[in-house]
Amino acid sequence: MIWRPALAALLLALALAAAAGAVEPEEQLADPALEARAREIGQELRCLVCQNQSIDDSDADLARDLRRIVRERLTAGDTDDQVMAFVTARYGDYVLLRPPLRAGTLALWFGPVVLLVAGIAAIMLRRRRRVAAEPFSAEEDRRLAQLLDHEKAP
Amino acid sequence: MIPEIGHYALVLALLLAVVQATLPLWGAARHHVGLMAIAEPAAMLQLAAILIAFVALTWAYVASDFSVAVVAGNSHSAKPMLYKVTGVWGNHEGSMLLWVLILALFGAAVAQFGSNLPPTLKARVLAVQGTIGVGFLAFILLTSNPFLRLDPAPLDGQDMNPLLQDPGLAIHPPFLYLGYVGFSMAFSFAVAALIEGQVDPAWARWVRPWTLAAWSFLTIGIALGSYWSYYELGWGGWWFWDPVENASLMPWMAGTALLHSALVVEKRDALKSWTILLAFLTFGLSLVGTFLVRSGIIISVHAFAVDPARGVFILLLLAIMIGGAFALYAIRAPRLKLGGFFAPVSREGALVLNNLLICTATVTVFTGTLYPLLDETVSVGAPYYKLTFVPLMAPVVAAMVIAPLLAWKRGDLLGVLGRLKFAAVGTIIVMLAALWLRVGGPVLAPIGIAFGAWAILGAATQIAERVRLFRIPLSDSLSRAAGLPRSAWGTAFAHAGLGVALLGMIASSFWSTERLELAKPGDRFDIAAGYSVEFDGVHVTEGPNYEARKGALKLYHDDSLVAHLAPEKRFYPVARMRTSEVAIHTTAIGDIYAALGEQQADGRWSLRLYHHPLVPWIWGGALIMAFGGALSLSDRRLRVGVPRRAVARAVRSPA
Amino acid sequence: MRRLPFLLPLLLLAAMAVWICGLLLSGRDPHALPSALIDKPLPAFALAALPGRSDGVASTDFGGKPMLLNVFASWCVPCLTEHPVITKLGQEDGIPVLAINYKDNPADALAWLRRNGDPYLRIGADADGRTAINLGVYGVPETFVIDKAGRIRYRHPGPLTPDLVDTEIRPLLAELAK
Repeated sequence: MIWRPALAALLLALALAAAAGAVEPEEQLADPALEARAREIGQELRCLVCQNQSIDDSDADLARDLRRIVRERLTAGDTDDQVMAFVTARYGDYVLLRPPLRAGTLALWFGPVVLLVAGIAAIMLRRRRRVAAEPFSAEEDRRLAQLLDHEKAP
Repeated sequence: MIPEIGHYALVLALLLAVVQATLPLWGAARHHVGLMAIAEPAAMLQLAAILIAFVALTWAYVASDFSVAVVAGNSHSAKPMLYKVTGVWGNHEGSMLLWVLILALFGAAVAQFGSNLPPTLKARVLAVQGTIGVGFLAFILLTSNPFLRLDPAPLDGQDMNPLLQDPGLAIHPPFLYLGYVGFSMAFSFAVAALIEGQVDPAWARWVRPWTLAAWSFLTIGIALGSYWSYYELGWGGWWFWDPVENASLMPWMAGTALLHSALVVEKRDALKSWTILLAFLTFGLSLVGTFLVRSGIIISVHAFAVDPARGVFILLLLAIMIGGAFALYAIRAPRLKLGGFFAPVSREGALVLNNLLICTATVTVFTGTLYPLLDETVSVGAPYYKLTFVPLMAPVVAAMVIAPLLAWKRGDLLGVLGRLKFAAVGTIIVMLAALWLRVGGPVLAPIGIAFGAWAILGAATQIAERVRLFRIPLSDSLSRAAGLPRSAWGTAFAHAGLGVALLGMIASSFWSTERLELAKPGDRFDIAAGYSVEFDGVHVTEGPNYEARKGALKLYHDDSLVAHLAPEKRFYPVARMRTSEVAIHTTAIGDIYAALGEQQADGRWSLRLYHHPLVPWIWGGALIMAFGGALSLSDRRLRVGVPRRAVARAVRSPA
Repeated sequence: MRRLPFLLPLLLLAAMAVWICGLLLSGRDPHALPSALIDKPLPAFALAALPGRSDGVASTDFGGKPMLLNVFASWCVPCLTEHPVITKLGQEDGIPVLAINYKDNPADALAWLRRNGDPYLRIGADADGRTAINLGVYGVPETFVIDKAGRIRYRHPGPLTPDLVDTEIRPLLAELAK
């Protein structure tokens, strides 16, 4: 029986890895596992009246309301995805701090990789062109022929 | 009267900048010594004029002259003197004046200390610097004049945003600008080189100190900003991927790439056209940063003036300056002679990899920051950057250890890895220790710790290799160490510093502990690592321009009293703002951080208590990096004995 | 052709500069969020009346003709700024304006209405702000345009201005009345 509180405490410690700044003590859920999920979700939702803070990090009223809603829905049995869907149905994808992967955000998510590959390709292309672009002069051609003749001679 | 003097001084500075931007350039084209020689006094006088303007504005704040509009808008007679002074740059107009002051300072520095530069190059560099000055002085005088008067003058001012009334504000912007604006030198040198038509090791030798200085300052500036938001904004975070933070990170990263690619130009006469482009990009990103903060186009905690008209002006300046540079690049760069060839596995190859990864990461940050402008329905926050930025930078840290040990032109990777075996073993030991100390913690944490340890041990290996530690008598090693060029030490410290900062970032991100409690006087709470806190209640107090509720906490470590913590909740009546002042107890291996919340209906107070392990190492590591930069700067080879171009070329009789 | 890679930085910069300049001059407000509920039916809600009144507001009150939904509070300064505009719309132009009183003290709200005028057809009290959240409201004031079928067609965050009313709201209402 002692396993459960211990495991719960562990889960809580794990989830609180990223310290969330503005959650008030009385907002926390009694169930540590649910509270841990609430924290994780909170870190992914943007406070819309602040500048670049998650609802967990913000003191604003709207942030507090959204934190409460997240906890209510979790207590009611929603999955994490359902809770997120609840909030995005009302506020749009803008409320997500992690941009969703969809047609409009392909450039955002795959841009870095594409750029990296393009960079490597450009570097390799330039090397190849470099090597090809410096043909031997006539003098060097003659010397090369001489050397080869030397090689062939018994 | 004095504000008027400042105003006239600014106009004078603009005229001097016009002179500095045009005559020396013409003189260099015609090899007219007299015209070229105008550059130096013009630069010195410009600095003097802007300095007068800056002092005049400072005087207006210190004397609380509310007839000056910016003073009325941002200051108050009850404001502490320190903040009256630092408030000079706490708003848009004043900070732009600081910007051009530093621009002129760098120009004057080149005029004064650039005695071993060829005259034509020097004249051109100063001319470009002057052009930038013309642009920004015009911007100030036309759209952001700090000397505008109010008539009638109000009786008192509107006070400064309380968040800015802080010692951190005194030093964060000046360092930041010394960095941002310092990169203008790299830009000016690059433009001048293209105009001259040659980029060679001598040019790289001249560019590197200026870039290094700017980079070191920017490192400190960013670290200060991060530390400031850590203790000021009240929730223990130190980086938020806020657009303005990103705006300072991007030039820093481009500048880092530039430092490394300039090395290749200097040592191997290769990567020339790329380095020029990078110099343009670095300063361009500085200008983008200036633009983002002041145009109102993006939401940010830091955003200054929200004024689209000013935004358009800066955008035009940016387009003209960087566009002009890029146009010059398109015309002249193809003519640059290709440099030394090198094998893919070589020090040059490693530096190319460094540049590739860092620049890709920079573009990623750029895309993330501006994407919401493209698609209004989407926002980009920390989760995005963690998934893209971190995987790009991790290989940089790994390779950073290998590169200094690789030979130029053609390196022996296996040999180098062999020499790193002690560093590798040490890294594994540290990683296992991290795993053991934090059993069941997030699995990414020991991996991150491994990267940090690798960086530090690798830097130590770099020095150990050069002094042939344990392979020759110790006293010989020590004398070798004393004789090592400072730039070798600089590199080692800079790389190690990054490792230290990385350790701090990983530990505080993954291993922080938080306690949220409702407390009445006498309650005691355990936090972590043997620390506990006893709450003694809250009492009301007053400051010069605020009222406060101050909490009293006793901090114990294993039952012995270690410190008193006094977090506050303040109210600034003039600005009508509430702030939360956090109390922090810093030790070498972590912080205890306490914030006071609101009082509940039952009289208990909400307390937020944190333990952040190794968090001071983030800023300590940044300071070590800057120290490494300073060490490299003090290397005599960078200042004395800079190769002069072959005399034959300089003696070209004018037609 | 060999020159093309060297021209790339200039071309990219030019493209971005033009784009950003356009954004700057368009006068867009970076704080304005597009509503996620445009063209969707008004979410179901029913709010009680303020004390001493018999109205209250519900989603079923909408439909039949184009209407405005205004979210306001007595503690909100911009709400006061826009009130004359709302009053003109409601009283002079005869456009039905229904209101949600957001997170307000009922006595304060009633006093505010007495002091500043009450152009609203119906007012409901949203004490805990949940209904507002269901509507995707993130600040006060906000104004929605609801069409004949009870669908949300437009949302403006922030105070209404006469300019905005003339350029956006009136044309839209005229369009929806057809």
